[in-house]
Amino acid sequence: MSADLKRFSLELNLRDGVVDMTHGSGGRAMSQLIEELFVKYFDNDMLRQANDQATFQVPAGRMVISTDGHVISPLFFPGGDIGSLAVHGTVNDVAMSGAKPLYLSASFILEEGFPLADLERIVASMGRAASAAGVPVVTGDTKVVERGKGDGVFITTTGVGLVPEGVNISGDLARPGDVVLVSGTMGDHGVAIMSSRENLEFETSIKSDSAALHTLIADMVKVAPNIHCLRDPTRGGLATTLNELSHQSGVGIRLQESSIPVRPAVKAACELLGLDPLYVANEGKLICICPQEDAERLLEVMQAHPLGNESAIIGEVVEDQHGFVQMETSFGGSRMVDWLVGEQLPRIC
Amino acid sequence: MKYVDEFRRQDLARKLSADIKREADPERQYNLMEFCGGHTHAIFRYGVQNLMPPNVRFVHGPGCPVCVLPIGRIDNAIQMVQQHDVILCSYGDMLRVPASDRKSLLKVSAEGGDVRMVYSTQDALKIARDNPERQVVFFAIGFETTTPPSAVAIKQAQAEGLKNFSVFCNHVLTPAAITNILESPEVREVGSVRIDGFFGPSHVSSIIGSQPYEFFAEEFQRPVVIAGFEPLDVMQSTLMLIRQLNEGRYEVENEYMRVVSREGNLKAKGLVAEVMELRRSFEWRGLGLVPYSALKIKKEFAEFDAEKHFELPAIQVNDIKGCECPSILRGVKRPTDCKLFGTVCTTENPMGSCMVSSEGACAAYWSYGRFTQTNSEQESVA
Repeated sequence: MSADLKRFSLELNLRDGVVDMTHGSGGRAMSQLIEELFVKYFDNDMLRQANDQATFQVPAGRMVISTDGHVISPLFFPGGDIGSLAVHGTVNDVAMSGAKPLYLSASFILEEGFPLADLERIVASMGRAASAAGVPVVTGDTKVVERGKGDGVFITTTGVGLVPEGVNISGDLARPGDVVLVSGTMGDHGVAIMSSRENLEFETSIKSDSAALHTLIADMVKVAPNIHCLRDPTRGGLATTLNELSHQSGVGIRLQESSIPVRPAVKAACELLGLDPLYVANEGKLICICPQEDAERLLEVMQAHPLGNESAIIGEVVEDQHGFVQMETSFGGSRMVDWLVGEQLPRIC
Repeated sequence: MKYVDEFRRQDLARKLSADIKREADPERQYNLMEFCGGHTHAIFRYGVQNLMPPNVRFVHGPGCPVCVLPIGRIDNAIQMVQQHDVILCSYGDMLRVPASDRKSLLKVSAEGGDVRMVYSTQDALKIARDNPERQVVFFAIGFETTTPPSAVAIKQAQAEGLKNFSVFCNHVLTPAAITNILESPEVREVGSVRIDGFFGPSHVSSIIGSQPYEFFAEEFQRPVVIAGFEPLDVMQSTLMLIRQLNEGRYEVENEYMRVVSREGNLKAKGLVAEVMELRRSFEWRGLGLVPYSALKIKKEFAEFDAEKHFELPAIQVNDIKGCECPSILRGVKRPTDCKLFGTVCTTENPMGSCMVSSEGACAAYWSYGRFTQTNSEQESVA
């Protein structure tokens, strides 16, 4: 009764096998994919129970939930991949409320024909990111779509977290007089992605800044529970995120261009492509808006954290019924910093 | 950043700003047209206008390649994608420009058309090599700067014997357009628009040199200063124009000496002359038909000419009603004079071409300068 009762007759061919429709059909092949790939790399008690949901004790207090779909191209880029990004992105979205992230769920949409070796690389990276962050993936789902109906793999992650008592952080709480801080250099992720995009390959030492920021935020909230807004400037970059915040809060924001940290290599790549680093995406940075009296203390704590050592105060919140974000340029002039329009496209001249 | 930050130094900007304020005669108005969209962009992005005294005004010219391309030519490009199933390779800026029937290349692409954004003609050639079963068309637009690469691509395609590559040539010429503006009734006869001097283009001049401007400096008695695209270049050139005007001179001066010579790039000019020739006339958005203002591909290279290959018809399309792009491109009106500006026409939903490209005057006003119109009582900054 031994060999005959092996759960699966053949091992998953992780070397040159590909995803096929049976991996999403709910049958044995799907079960094998889950066991030999997802459970292996995400391993934790809740997932191992193999239920369609995860159950856990709810502590007292305010909980937070957030979800994020990841549909990037290329799937692998300098400094990360779609797997690590799917963990960091949602951990950060939960943490931007000041919360401690607790659990993640993950939904995979796989395209028929996608190499299992790539999938393993992604799932392993995701497992590493989750365990490094201390936020396990406790439940998930897998679907397969026909060839041509997906782009390799899409990953949607949902996270839940717990907000410490006394913390109330929201995008509509910025007040005139508040100070605007960022936790480091702007534009690294977007430039890293662009540098590895097909038909735009260029050599750069820039790596994506993709990282989970919840420990940084925990340190910040400890010394300044009265932080007004936190947000990660992902798509659309710093400029677009600040516009969102000023719009939500009904205030204006005035920036000092010379205080905004941008790596010389990012600046150079943007210069070459005709892009503005303020509109380029970040995946491991946050914007913090806080009362003036907390600013210096926060800056110190942020700079002491490995993910915030290039933090800087970059501007202030002002009264402005139009909700404009303005900037004093390093050149000495001033201009508006508008929302990103469409996609940032390179200029011709 | 080396060789870039040097041209954006605040201390030098302050000094130049003080010099300009001191030397500009408070009794007179200085209306200086920057022909090029690259200058328009620099002026707004770095906030150069508010370093100027109120009587020094930048008038934005038609030198934005996306803005001046007539709608009919974009319709032609769409035709090739939809009717001839070509792979259309285009610079990014072009994709959002509104064509007829509320279409754009971006929308055509969303509907399944094969439109690809490229960074250079070399990308387009590579696509042609990789897809021998498909026709690949490069949507060539731009002034003298982008023309030599198109000529090179055609010669390369010929040398390689590529049978599926052609160029949809929309290259236009700067001197013809400046002459056209200066000869327009508003400027020359009625005098309703005063243009006192010109900033000469930087990248264009690196190809054609400073010599071609000498004719109209003389003929129209207007000073020209060829200016680099960095904000300090613009400020230094402003000072040079003010000095010429104060002294009653109208010469071609070259602020951008680190790149531009009098003769320009002879090799590039030679290449263009080998592959292309003048069109008798070409339609510009804003300027209408301008004689000898554009290039076409010579007969010897006809097999690489998309216009001939696909027998593209000339399409005449009127601008959207109320759109002031034509007047704005001639410097006759400002973006804020247009009823559509900021109401139905915004950067998210551009109706006219000047709102599309970041080099367009309307987009620059909207994206960078909007606050100055609402926050101050001044008529407008630019």
